[in-house]
Amino acid sequence: MTTSTKKEAIVIGGGLAGLFATIKLGEKGIPVNLFSIVPCKRSHSACAQGGINASVNTKGEGDSPRIHFEETLHGGDYLANQAPVMGMCEKAPSYIYLLDRMGVAFNRTPEGDLEFRRFGGTKFHRTAFAGSTTGQQMLYALDEQVRRLEVEGLVTRYEGWEFLSAVLDDRKSTRGIAAINLTNLEIRTFPGDAVIVATGGPGMIFGRSTNSMICTGSAAGSLFQQGVWYANGEFIQVHPTAIPGEDKHRLISEAVRGEGGRLWTYKDGKRWYFLEEWYPKYGNLVPRDIASRAIFKVCREMKLGIDGKDEVYLDISHVDPKLLKERLGGIIEIYEKFVGDDPSKVPMRVFPAVHYSMGGIYIDSRQMTNIPGILSCGECEYQYHGANRLGANSLLSCLYGGEVAAERTQEYFDGLSEKGDSGSLRWLEQHRKLEEERLESLLRMHGKENPYQIWEEMGKWMTDHVTVIRYNDKLKKTDEKLVELKERLRHINVGDPTHWANQAVIFTRQLQNMLELARVITLGALRRDESRGAHFKPDFPNRDDEHWLKTTVAKWTPIGPEFSDEAVDTSIMQPKERKY
Amino acid sequence: MKEKKPEKVIIRIKRQESPEAKSYWEEYYIPYRPYLNIITCLQGIRKTLRTFDGRPTTPVAWESSCLEEICGICTMVINGRVRQACSALVDQLEQPITLEPMKKFSLVRDLIVDRSSIFENLKRVKAWVPMKDTQDRGPGPKILPKDQQINYALSRCFSCGACLEVCPQVNERNDFVGAAILSQARLFNRHPIGKEIQLERLKALVGEGGIEDCGNAQNCLEICPKDIPLIDSIAEINREITFNLIHLIKGK
Repeated sequence: MTTSTKKEAIVIGGGLAGLFATIKLGEKGIPVNLFSIVPCKRSHSACAQGGINASVNTKGEGDSPRIHFEETLHGGDYLANQAPVMGMCEKAPSYIYLLDRMGVAFNRTPEGDLEFRRFGGTKFHRTAFAGSTTGQQMLYALDEQVRRLEVEGLVTRYEGWEFLSAVLDDRKSTRGIAAINLTNLEIRTFPGDAVIVATGGPGMIFGRSTNSMICTGSAAGSLFQQGVWYANGEFIQVHPTAIPGEDKHRLISEAVRGEGGRLWTYKDGKRWYFLEEWYPKYGNLVPRDIASRAIFKVCREMKLGIDGKDEVYLDISHVDPKLLKERLGGIIEIYEKFVGDDPSKVPMRVFPAVHYSMGGIYIDSRQMTNIPGILSCGECEYQYHGANRLGANSLLSCLYGGEVAAERTQEYFDGLSEKGDSGSLRWLEQHRKLEEERLESLLRMHGKENPYQIWEEMGKWMTDHVTVIRYNDKLKKTDEKLVELKERLRHINVGDPTHWANQAVIFTRQLQNMLELARVITLGALRRDESRGAHFKPDFPNRDDEHWLKTTVAKWTPIGPEFSDEAVDTSIMQPKERKY
Repeated sequence: MKEKKPEKVIIRIKRQESPEAKSYWEEYYIPYRPYLNIITCLQGIRKTLRTFDGRPTTPVAWESSCLEEICGICTMVINGRVRQACSALVDQLEQPITLEPMKKFSLVRDLIVDRSSIFENLKRVKAWVPMKDTQDRGPGPKILPKDQQINYALSRCFSCGACLEVCPQVNERNDFVGAAILSQARLFNRHPIGKEIQLERLKALVGEGGIEDCGNAQNCLEICPKDIPLIDSIAEINREITFNLIHLIKGK
């Protein structure tokens, strides 16, 4: 294959979405340069525990992709554009089979078929799982296939490189990217006719979340400042059950409740299963936004948390220990290692934590952003989950988005008349110099501020005011704080002037981008005077379809994000009242 | 766990600015809190950038990501034992706590080492199921639960490199691929389609750095944070090689 005349693609992010896009591009014969800040095998997809949804209906319950679609929309309070969600749900069963063929160690029935379990927001057994480390197992399978393509010469990996910005020409078309080598801080530009951004969620904006430390949202924040739009930023999922921690909040999967786990606290000296009492139909398996609000109500409003603290019990101790080991082993292990108690004997103590961003990079129904040649898939885009994501739909949306992004890339290439090589070099070189200057100016700064302190303050404000319960006055104050932090970031001292594995300067760049997105999230929440899915304002407690059945679209300007709305695609089903 | 809680945590870190630079030890104090782990301590240090006696210092270089012991990135040597920093709880460690980079990999800076050789060796043994493409082709092969349980245990290897760190056969004179790689070869040889290229995997393991370099010290089994049955894997690969010896010799 001659690459000189062939159009090339760049994939940024080596998690599930990026790897799947890479595989699909490679199979089309499109050469791929794949960038990941960590070895792909260490991506945040590894943290997904519970499973992946697909209506295979092996249990004869009458499940179907159509029902999966309807429940996904309902779970997302009808904010998702419907056609892409339908596409995803229809494709889901084939992905499970594909992963199975790749060797993912999914749990099996006694006959050797795939086993499925229950998850939130549905009454069907729809979730395929590999123990309680499904994301890890899927990530490894895709990583292995990409390694195969690498050996075949179709993919080149750049692990330990971080995306800095896109290289755009004067017509705002994609020419490639700038990236930095995290070991020697070398900045290079790479030509690419299309760039697929699959860089994951922005959990670090909230300081502590269930996300990995690499989930800064920095790439999305950087692209936002280059003119890529950002949609529905205000929709942040707070997962009901995590182990609170000083360094991070460790997720305890919804799978625990799918396998029979119950949430309770003491009321009048007796065990009170509040979700079962409040939501008799779905019980402990109500969607996450509802469960998180319920726990907030129990702990903050009713002051009935364990010992008056922000904690409730998640109890799985009544379930057969053998089944626990086979199906939830990884979770049990996390609890044992980090807390020291055995959940098969004593109830776990949990509290909600920031977990996932439904919002993200704005894309059309085929994963293309508003800038031609820049596509996005995975958690960093906004398309599939509306106002609240159903459990076990994230892994699915990574695969579907990845596949569509690869298809769309090929269509885009087919429509490009020429490669425009000669022009590209100039844009690339000019851009590299610009990025180098940015880096050097950060290294030269000798202010008093420590980037990690600023990050901590941002995280605290965002967690306190922009998560489960939102008030307009607090949101306003939070945005003022963010503006102040942005100003203080101009007086930073990274504490290390060297060019060798200098993590502080890299983090400072990420923090700049995080602050931009933090404002989008906060101001988006301030604008939206209604309650929908994960976005809840006590002063506006109802969903308001007349005014707000709309996608929030944010555009960057030097004085702050500018917002507009876009109609939601409701072509397949009419929004219904959301009840569980 | 100790009964009396200390007021502070004393951490000693082996620092080295670059592969060429000289290494030195630096000491830090962290105010004691319950449930501290080594990552929380390192996060504390980077916010103050002071050594124990208030002297300004440069940020310590270290890697972390998931903090749930599933990404493997924060592997380092803590009190002489290789393990993940995120799950190393201060309450369970003797003080002063020493942190050192892994020694069997080339040093990048402070606590960061380059483990890319692990991923290169995964290529060597073709640790994947050979697939023509990823088009829809219906359900995969049936796999019984007892086989799934074995596969799952093997596939939890997160390439942390601990088994290499403790292996006496991994040293300057020897480039033994290590237990994790052998175990991955076993995993894919077990798969109904993966076994199609079983001989290629075995061939890659009979030469230099292959299974003959294993000295049967069994340190790997004891250190593996995911309790992977590494010794079984080595025995199984040995058995497969013996069984296929005639093909392996013929194929050379």
